[in-house]
Amino acid sequence: MTALTIKDLNKVYESGKQALQNVSLTVPKGVFFALLGPNGAGKSTLINILADTVRASSGSVSLLGHDLLTERAWGKRHLGVVPQEIAFDPFFSPREILHFTRGMYGQKRDEAWVNDLLERLELSEHANKITRQLSGGMKRRLLVAQALVHRPKVVILDEPTAGVDVELRKRLWDFIRELNAQGTTVLLTTHYLEEAQELCDHVAIINQGQVIASQSMQSLLGDVASSNLCCRYEQPVKLLESQKQALQAFAPRVCDGVLCLNLQHQEGQSNFDAAYQAARQALGVPLDTYIRQENLEDVFLRLTHKDTR
Amino acid sequence: MSSMNILGTWTLFQRETKRFMRVKMQTIAAPALTAVLYLIVFHYAMGERQVPGLDVDYFTFLIPGLMMMAMLQNAFANTSSSMIMGKIMNTHVFLMMAPISPTEALIAFLSASVLRAFVVGSVLLLVLLPFSDLQITHVWMILFYGVCGSLFMGSLGLIAGMWSKTFDDMSMVTNFVIMPLTFLSGVFYSVQQLPPLWQSLNEWNPFFYLIDGFRQGFIATGDSDPVHAIGMVLVLTVSLVILAWYLWKIGWKLKD
Repeated sequence: MTALTIKDLNKVYESGKQALQNVSLTVPKGVFFALLGPNGAGKSTLINILADTVRASSGSVSLLGHDLLTERAWGKRHLGVVPQEIAFDPFFSPREILHFTRGMYGQKRDEAWVNDLLERLELSEHANKITRQLSGGMKRRLLVAQALVHRPKVVILDEPTAGVDVELRKRLWDFIRELNAQGTTVLLTTHYLEEAQELCDHVAIINQGQVIASQSMQSLLGDVASSNLCCRYEQPVKLLESQKQALQAFAPRVCDGVLCLNLQHQEGQSNFDAAYQAARQALGVPLDTYIRQENLEDVFLRLTHKDTR
Repeated sequence: MSSMNILGTWTLFQRETKRFMRVKMQTIAAPALTAVLYLIVFHYAMGERQVPGLDVDYFTFLIPGLMMMAMLQNAFANTSSSMIMGKIMNTHVFLMMAPISPTEALIAFLSASVLRAFVVGSVLLLVLLPFSDLQITHVWMILFYGVCGSLFMGSLGLIAGMWSKTFDDMSMVTNFVIMPLTFLSGVFYSVQQLPPLWQSLNEWNPFFYLIDGFRQGFIATGDSDPVHAIGMVLVLTVSLVILAWYLWKIGWKLKD
């Protein structure tokens, strides 16, 4: 069974902006799934439709076999969502907020689970403070606790670690990994692509409202990722339009001032020589060259055709 | 699952109740003080005068009106402040994500509004009673108009909260709609003292029926015909509750 099946989902806002265009996506049950995309790609719109804070224009969504758009109450009981924007009720403490949230999901008070959540998210010391007094990182962790307090089967985390320091982030991920190992399906959006590569076993990339890749992390990095010829010059590289044109066949990008050319592999041979000669002709003889395997970030940037190309 | 989320409804009601109890000085003590100040001012301004046409002294006439005015304003404030704060602070998403149906949300919000109105009304009665020999003559009228008035204003507060994008929008509703309609509804005077045109206009003011009917529960006399008033109040209250329910259901101004 799949955790989430999204079919032909469209969203057109009143302004006329089409945020999602025939989005279809399958999230297998029990996976750690990364939903990636540049800012404004439609990730949050998709999550907000799942969370019932935005209406879909058309399409269908199934959660654990139930139609999420028509069986909302059932779906909501099994879904936990961490919204991207920090939000907190200034009248109540984290402990009260967690009890209220659990109650609103129709579940009886569970002091042990609330204490466990507060401890695992390192909020125990601040459990009885008014939320206004919490730091940004603490408020973010409280949002995670709120999404988990009713023990959902599917959890959606919309950039849950923005503003959380490295140490805490690591411990937060350890906790989420534990929940995932116990069977909770996790759908994550993040701009920390290294984290996504390390944590997630499936990945989908969304760009301009359309899904442009959706597969297991292993197959994405195996099939789509390739190697790069990296050329370092005396001065950090800044590509002119004419140089971009000359190197077009190698999808040129500049990473930290180093020219990176995409290498194609066919029957055990690569086009290394052609790429090296093209670089020499366009920018001169490099000081240094090396081969680097693409990671998720390289694939992401290449697929979304962005920035440094 | 189609069964009612009773625990969720109860929890939301508790949340909305605790919210106003957290700021008791603002929600309970302040309206009581305002009412006492009104009484002091009007006591010295009006002396021992009787209200024309009603055969009741002005002081006794004023107390139930002040009570009901405070109850209506507080019922409105409970839902409207919760909604606008939720929208501004983005906490309304938690409510929208929770498995709480429009009916359940309305039951919780409006029950909390009614409770706040009656807490404020009771405190005012206790504070103002020593100043007067006010008697309760028709408990059912006090309860009927108190509950209907709170439901009416609670629903209006929900709608205003959904509509408002800023505190300024909400302030506009409070100051340019609620306040004039309340002050011109006969809290401080009998409508029989008004010129005929204003008397006719007052017949379209729902606050007039709510305040006059509530007052009749104490002084057993008033400006409106009881049967007509009960009918008007019932129709207006039910209509506004249904409107609030419908707007909540479609996510009016809440969901894109």
